[in-house]
Amino acid sequence: MTRLSLSRLLAPGPADAVVPPSGHTAWLTLFTAGAMTFLAVFALALALASGRLAERWAGALERTATVRLSAPEDQIDRQVKAVLALLSTTPGIASARALDEEEQRKLLEPWFGPDLPVQALPLPRLIEVVEDGAGYDAEGLRLRLTAEAPGAVLDDHARWRRPLAVAAARLVLLGWLSIGLIGLTMAAMITLAANAALAANAQVIRVLRLVGARDSYIARAFVRRFTLRALAGAGVGAVAGMIGIAALPGAEAAGGFLTGLGFQGAGWLLPLLLPFLAGGVAFAATRAAAFRKLREFH
Amino acid sequence: MISFENVAYNYGGGELLSDISLRLAPGSFHFLTGPSGAGKTTFLKLCYAELLPTAGRVTLFDREVRGLARDDVAMTRRRIGVVHQDCQFLDHLPLGDNVALPLTVAGRPGAARDLADLLAWVGLERLTDALPPSLSGGERQRAALARAIIMGPDVILADEPTGNLDWEMSLRLLTLLVELNRMGKTVLVATHDLNLIRQAKSQIPARVLRIAKRRIQLAGADL
Ligand SMILES: Nc1ncnc2c1ncn2[C@@H]1O[C@H](COP(=O)(O)OP(=O)(O)O)[C@@H](O)[C@H]1O
Ligand SMILES: [Mg+2]
Repeated sequence: MTRLSLSRLLAPGPADAVVPPSGHTAWLTLFTAGAMTFLAVFALALALASGRLAERWAGALERTATVRLSAPEDQIDRQVKAVLALLSTTPGIASARALDEEEQRKLLEPWFGPDLPVQALPLPRLIEVVEDGAGYDAEGLRLRLTAEAPGAVLDDHARWRRPLAVAAARLVLLGWLSIGLIGLTMAAMITLAANAALAANAQVIRVLRLVGARDSYIARAFVRRFTLRALAGAGVGAVAGMIGIAALPGAEAAGGFLTGLGFQGAGWLLPLLLPFLAGGVAFAATRAAAFRKLREFH
Repeated sequence: MISFENVAYNYGGGELLSDISLRLAPGSFHFLTGPSGAGKTTFLKLCYAELLPTAGRVTLFDREVRGLARDDVAMTRRRIGVVHQDCQFLDHLPLGDNVALPLTVAGRPGAARDLADLLAWVGLERLTDALPPSLSGGERQRAALARAIIMGPDVILADEPTGNLDWEMSLRLLTLLVELNRMGKTVLVATHDLNLIRQAKSQIPARVLRIAKRRIQLAGADL
């Protein structure tokens, strides 16, 4: 009948005074929420940074590879055709295209300058391969290429990054998992603290029940306290964690993963959500504990 | 108001109360007597649903207690003022707040003057700001009575309310209970103080229930 809503909870009411102040459980809740949120900020930073990394590495793969083809002058065109035909029937390859002289010259320009006589040099021909979403079987393709065009070499240059991209994606998962575990730990600790407070106030609860207080009224007195304490503790923890992250050296200083750990742009707002999450966790945990305790009193 | 049909109760051992059937009519005044340990307090707890009968039916305000949801139990208790034998209070709140507690939990801010009048009536006006642990037994019982009637309940249950009072204060308390009864309240007082019962019978047609051999009988007029 009576719902205990978060908005009603946050409005101060006379229910507060009927429960005596509870010293050590207050500090336990405050400290737990603070410490756990502090940890959660880093887990969040890890998850977000790994996410960016996974995206960057996966993006860098761009799903392209190159077939390098060297062959005697008179066979080269035939072999290019053969390779293109082969590629067009290979599952997992979206398109394949031989680069023309102009494009090849552009590729070499940084090393040899603009006046390189491409035709005069025994350069290999390059075929750009774009894979589709499923990807292709590199080993199988190599075997078939050797059979069709002995001078063809598949250079899937970006493939070495794939395990890195997978690892980064795992890190994202681990980061979120950590946040979940931190939340559960906090719920457990706050439940313990709430149970201690409820047990210490058994007589208060009995008296309140006997003078006609509803469960929701009694629960509110406890739930409100623990929720506000968790909010406050988590607020401090979140700010401390963000200061820690902000104090890391900038990404340009050394480059690499560790220095990329900071939040970026609107990402800085995300850790500010953690205290509210902590408040929600405390609300749910204390509420469950309170109603469980109340069932001992008819 | 309150009715029992073939009610039995036991705390897990043998049956303490057996096959009790009775009805407290609206506006009636009853005493409940019996030796210590007979089950007077247990009977009263059945009357305000702190205990549920192990057999039979207890009906409060035409509703069977077993069928009451927890919120209904709370609402029912607001219509029943109880002076508990152990007189528990919230020890961190001053006496005045304790006496007004039923109003507070019901979300009905009481008039401060009513509270002051009530405290004056039970002789505790000087102790409004005192904390319960500093009160004497008699002061606690008077405060408990004030708390029991502040909501203007239909029924008043008092468990040995004069146990710690001198005769003069007992009479004053009895007078208050009689007055409440004259206002139409149903009153049930558990006591082993026969003088108190005699005194009451000289003022109102009170009836006496006696617990003997696990049963409750209406006592004869020989008191
Ligand atoms: N919570 C309880 N658990 C077990 N036995 C109880 C409990 N409360 C009371 N009793 C027993 O029930 C009997 C009746 O107690 P009570 O109703 O308090 O009697 P009275 O009020 O008439 O003195 C006593 O023997 C007492 O020991
Ligand atoms: Mg008793």
